[in-house]
Amino acid sequence: MGETVKGLSETKRVGRPRVPARKQLSVLAVVAAGGAVGAGARYGVELLWPPTAGGFPWATFAVNVVGCALIGVLMAVVVEAAVGHRLLRPFLGTGVLGGFTTLSAYAGEADALLRAGRAATALSYLALTLVAALAAVWAATVLTRRTILRRRA
Amino acid sequence: MSWLLVMAGAALGAPLRYLTDRAVQTRHDSVFPWGTFSVNVAGCLLLGLVLGLSAHGAADSPARLLLAVGLCGALTTYSTFSYETLRLAESGARLLAVVNAVGSVLAGLVAVWLGGALGDALAG
Repeated sequence: MGETVKGLSETKRVGRPRVPARKQLSVLAVVAAGGAVGAGARYGVELLWPPTAGGFPWATFAVNVVGCALIGVLMAVVVEAAVGHRLLRPFLGTGVLGGFTTLSAYAGEADALLRAGRAATALSYLALTLVAALAAVWAATVLTRRTILRRRA
Repeated sequence: MSWLLVMAGAALGAPLRYLTDRAVQTRHDSVFPWGTFSVNVAGCLLLGLVLGLSAHGAADSPARLLLAVGLCGALTTYSTFSYETLRLAESGARLLAVVNAVGSVLAGLVAVWLGGALGDALAG
């Protein structure tokens, strides 16, 4: 069993095209820069819309839902229209939007609400973010795809 | 200064997420997004640990801005998580989409709690 699994992964690794080190470094650099920009923007939203003790964490909620809508638009454009520089997706998708949205603050805030005895707020925050984020990425992807197809027709 | 700390932490967290995701994704053949799942759980665990260790410190202490807001914030992601969940659902793997959605949230929550308990214990 172990040998089969090892054999499979070996084949897979050999089959993968080797990416030159310089190209890999440029991807890492734009992911780092994008992540810093995205996290800076998230921090800005948190400063403008500070959380109230025991209250619903609206700033993180908004950041995550908006970030999910934006990745829907980005991926539809990059995948469907196949446009853009090769560093566009790592910079905007992995970097900016990955740094902007966060699962750790979301889980941390829910945990803090639970510890403070605000179970109803914690559960509604957990559920509402998940539903709104999935609805946002779905709606944004579908609408962007439709717009691209209509322009082509 | 606080902005610089957040951005410095994120400039480390985001590429760390990218590298971990790639490393995990090349090591399994399933359609389940284990890469994003792993970084999200690891980031939540680290956040819990940082918050547990700095429980008596100020919310805007340099360590929290650098590690909690910057590093953990950028190490974890909601956008890629939701996009991959959508892709699973669209490809017909609806059960896996639900497992990923609910599983990531629950695992993140448990990880924050575990990290916090560990941090509390270490801080004595």
